[in-house]
Amino acid sequence: MTTSNLHMYVMAAPLICALFVNLLGRRSRSFIAPLALGSLFFSSLASFFVLANILENGPLSYTVGNWVPPYGIELIIDPLSALMLVLISVVALLATCAALPSVQREQAGKEHLFFTLYLILIAGLMGLVMTGDAFNLYVLLEITSITTYGLIAMGKGRAVLSSFSYIIMGSIGACFYLLGVGYIYILTGTLNMADIAIRLPQVQGQAAVATAFAFLIVGLLIKMAFFPLHGWLPNAYSDAPTGAGVMIAPLMTKVTVYLMIRVMFSIFSPHYEFFLHPGIQNLVVWAAAIGIVFASLQALAQRDLKRMLTYIIIAEVGYMVGGLWLANSQGMTGAILHIVNDAIMTLCLFLAAATIFYRIGSLHFDDLKGLYQRMPLTMVAFTIGAFSMIGVPPTAGFFSKWYLILGGIEAGHWEYVAALIFSSLINAILFFRLIEIAYFGDGDHGHEQALQPVAPAPWYMQGSLLVTAAALIIIGLGSGQLVQGVIKLALPAGF
Amino acid sequence: MEDIIALVVAKYNYWIYVILMMIGFYAMIGKKNLVKKLLGMNIFQTAIILMFVSAGVKKDGAIPILNKYEVMEHGIAAAQIVNPLPHVLMLTAIVVSVSITGVALAIILRIYREYGTLEEDEIMEKLGQ
Repeated sequence: MTTSNLHMYVMAAPLICALFVNLLGRRSRSFIAPLALGSLFFSSLASFFVLANILENGPLSYTVGNWVPPYGIELIIDPLSALMLVLISVVALLATCAALPSVQREQAGKEHLFFTLYLILIAGLMGLVMTGDAFNLYVLLEITSITTYGLIAMGKGRAVLSSFSYIIMGSIGACFYLLGVGYIYILTGTLNMADIAIRLPQVQGQAAVATAFAFLIVGLLIKMAFFPLHGWLPNAYSDAPTGAGVMIAPLMTKVTVYLMIRVMFSIFSPHYEFFLHPGIQNLVVWAAAIGIVFASLQALAQRDLKRMLTYIIIAEVGYMVGGLWLANSQGMTGAILHIVNDAIMTLCLFLAAATIFYRIGSLHFDDLKGLYQRMPLTMVAFTIGAFSMIGVPPTAGFFSKWYLILGGIEAGHWEYVAALIFSSLINAILFFRLIEIAYFGDGDHGHEQALQPVAPAPWYMQGSLLVTAAALIIIGLGSGQLVQGVIKLALPAGF
Repeated sequence: MEDIIALVVAKYNYWIYVILMMIGFYAMIGKKNLVKKLLGMNIFQTAIILMFVSAGVKKDGAIPILNKYEVMEHGIAAAQIVNPLPHVLMLTAIVVSVSITGVALAIILRIYREYGTLEEDEIMEKLGQ
């Protein structure tokens, strides 16, 4: 095994194990946990080596099957995609620890099917962050979407309906992206991102180029649930089975934001979107600001923990997209750092929600009374995740928000700065209200008896939650090194 | 006026693609029946296939199957051969669209079993009760 192929093993491990989970898991449940955890543990370990290798030796271009680019599909591993690989594999590994017990309870008898889709989804996400080919990106985007549709539809009650409306919206997004690729192919005659970037500035017919850009970006904005295209997300994510939610919620939207970075900087250039079309840039930042305020207010109206978290995800998408389009290095650094931080804090909160749901079988605010006495460790981790969402200093969330606010001030987009501060205040209200309920409200005993603990959560479920909470503080303290060592390398030239 | 007609006739394939796309888009957003929404999605995808495939067409172009020895001797006259790449891309897109349709049909079946109807407003009524 040479190190130059290592990133292929990172992606192949979950993909191959998906096959075996299906074949062997059919016979006995006991095969599933070692296969899923083993493959993801291998991927996590290997992806750290890939990141170290890239930081030492510079970006890597990999030709699959010896078809030389621009004719064959090229994989590009630069510092940003290596960082995303680490993020995806680690988040997936931690999420799997919580998914295993909750799937065993919610989907008894269908676990092998669940984890087959689950592992293919992870492999698809890893492929997305590595690919250097615009059409290949479409195919991988659809692989991740189809598996997500399936996973969400495995939930109970309204989940099928939510999944169907996600299929309709997701297909519109993917079709728009495909149309954009079609326009670009007609204009330049190539599908390789680096090759497109070279040919695009010389192309005649700037109206067609702008149409292609609009289709690509709007397609991705639908997929990442950017306001006002977010309608499908709250239902889809809150009706999904708990085990699927803990992995989909932290990863899907963040990887799509990463794809937007690729489209903006690898296919088009910062010059194109920021200087040739300043009107569009202003529009996107304004939409982000309005989206943040709107989603935060919607979160305030929810009485269910998981639904509240889904609206926070929409607000966070606004943070990242707005930060990227601020067109200065502070904003972009903040946006990329926030991809990492937001993935981990969303994971932390969803893991806490999964653990609470496993224990008491409900996530309604009224049922969360007195949780600090009953599940102290879980609630400590939940509090750390909540502090990170609010942006309390030692946690990771503070640092990316700091960069974003600095970027907003530098660019003079005061509406975006105001929206960020407003959303932090709303988050503080949201989470302190919850903490108050869970800490002080032990109130009526009659109600509590109806909600006897279903079963204590297994140690590895709580363990992964505590590791995630610890990671939030460690990344927060180390965010200076992360920015200097990795993220600065990922910014486009000239920033 | 004549300019416009000339423009439409010269690029009629793209006009058909736009019209088909709008029909599909309307069906996905405007129709209340879930199966009609799904059909709209298929029309949308077919429109994209039409756009890609017609982009590869050349006037009087031959099919892109070549004799290896002839090519080695005389080279390729690219202007006389239809561009095969968009067709290949669309094969992949067809596979994607078939699998999405499959998943969506399975989900529609489950919705029907659960609610006994495929009309969106009737389902919402049942959910409201």
